[in-house]
Amino acid sequence: MNETDAAAAESGRSKAAASDQLLARTIREESARIVSALTGWLGSLDLAEESVAEAIEEAVRQWRTRGVPPNPGGWLTQAARHNAIDRLRREKRYREKLALLTDPLEAAPLIVAGEPDERLPLLFGCCHPALSPDAQLALTLRAICGLTTAQIARATLAPESTVAQRIVRAKRKIGAAGIPLRIPEGSERAERLNIVLTVISVMYSEAHLVAGGDAAADRDLADDALWLARVVAHELPREAEAQAQGLLALLLFHRAREGARAVDGELVLLADQDRARWDRGLIDEAQAVLETAAMLRRPGRWQLHAAIAACHSDTRDGSHTDWLQVLTLYDMLLAYDYSPIVRLNRTVALAEVDGPQAALDEVDVLRRTLTGYHLWHAVRARMLRHLGRRDEAMAEDLCALELTANDAERRLLEARVDR
Amino acid sequence: MKYVIMFTTTPELDAAVSPEHAEQVYRRTYDWFGTHSEVMTESGAQLQPVTTATTVSYGGDAPVVADGPFSEAKEVIGGFQVIDVPDLDAAIAVVKTWPLLELPGVSVEIRPIIVY
Repeated sequence: MNETDAAAAESGRSKAAASDQLLARTIREESARIVSALTGWLGSLDLAEESVAEAIEEAVRQWRTRGVPPNPGGWLTQAARHNAIDRLRREKRYREKLALLTDPLEAAPLIVAGEPDERLPLLFGCCHPALSPDAQLALTLRAICGLTTAQIARATLAPESTVAQRIVRAKRKIGAAGIPLRIPEGSERAERLNIVLTVISVMYSEAHLVAGGDAAADRDLADDALWLARVVAHELPREAEAQAQGLLALLLFHRAREGARAVDGELVLLADQDRARWDRGLIDEAQAVLETAAMLRRPGRWQLHAAIAACHSDTRDGSHTDWLQVLTLYDMLLAYDYSPIVRLNRTVALAEVDGPQAALDEVDVLRRTLTGYHLWHAVRARMLRHLGRRDEAMAEDLCALELTANDAERRLLEARVDR
Repeated sequence: MKYVIMFTTTPELDAAVSPEHAEQVYRRTYDWFGTHSEVMTESGAQLQPVTTATTVSYGGDAPVVADGPFSEAKEVIGGFQVIDVPDLDAAIAVVKTWPLLELPGVSVEIRPIIVY
């Protein structure tokens, strides 16, 4: 192949990639609405979701070559309905079942009046605590974001058969155990929203810490997570939205820094990031969202995470960070989230305010819970280095290196050990 | 929908609870059945202690009879009740108020019943 051919092939590839992005966006906008409507029509999430997933696979194949039709939602709905009827035909007693179906246009909507977006009851059902966290994530990616099983498998680094089984089991459980697809009321609502937001945040971070992958790869899940955070933040009733806005702000801050976080597949620590590479537009948006959330006067876990991210985005370079404010925010965060990871992250701010010895003492308290976590060793190494205990620091960095599965993080740690 | 709810305790943790506290909690279980009488079906039973259990297991040529519960688990089933509620969330809401859940080692399993 000569150079012109290679360039043509390259541009052909990039066009296909662009249209894949368009496909992903189109499908994402339609998927949950169709699953939701079909579930109401068929009375079975399992059947509805399977039929929509099949329609999405057909759409990806056809649209890639023929382009997206003028009414993609209508196309997908028709295809999914055909698939559902085909599936019912294969079952015994299909005539009885078909007779029970009303015309989808006349079918009672699944949504209860007053709920603004029909995707949310489905999303809140997919994130039911009676489903395992893995299943919540996989089902949300499929039923809400419209990812194929193969895409989920690649993004979450699980074998495709495992993902497929997880989704089937979760859907069957929703049907068999009577898990309602709705936004719960009362005190359950806040608890469930927290699971929904956790799933979205995991979706975002899965895209960044792909074992064996490069830091710049797999941006898709992050994009899906950001999209879903927007849907939830915008469509949720006002009294519940403070936390959702908090998560949206947090993800926007992370997204804004992404260009500086990974340079040529290498991870760059926050303190060393070239701030000119930060996306100012996204940071401004994140700050605006965070201010909206703060005005609701309902502080919580996600807002505090976002407020900490905001502190890091305020300054021109790492040396001007207001660490006392960061530490204060971490102390407030502990009231909502006393997880070992948050406590570990807090030690970094503590080191800046009270010095490395105080921070090291805190890090050591977490030894038993976090000894298998590579970043615990990396943080401990950092404190030891600040205290001039270089040999011990080196040993901790080696531990961290051994424990990390991500290529980019591994190279970052290797660079430290070499130093 | 109908669900079986199975009440379990962990005998080795029971000792940590004072007899007065245990008695007071157990007394409230009667009120609990009253409060939720609308969802209670006729089916349900409180069981004799696990020391009275006998298990018949597969044994190749012929079933084998032995002393003790079927599983080696630390938890033992103390009773069960069939409830009739609209969905799993309603079942969870009822179960969350089970008075014994303030004692360590207590759990309640919720299982839907197959309808033919």
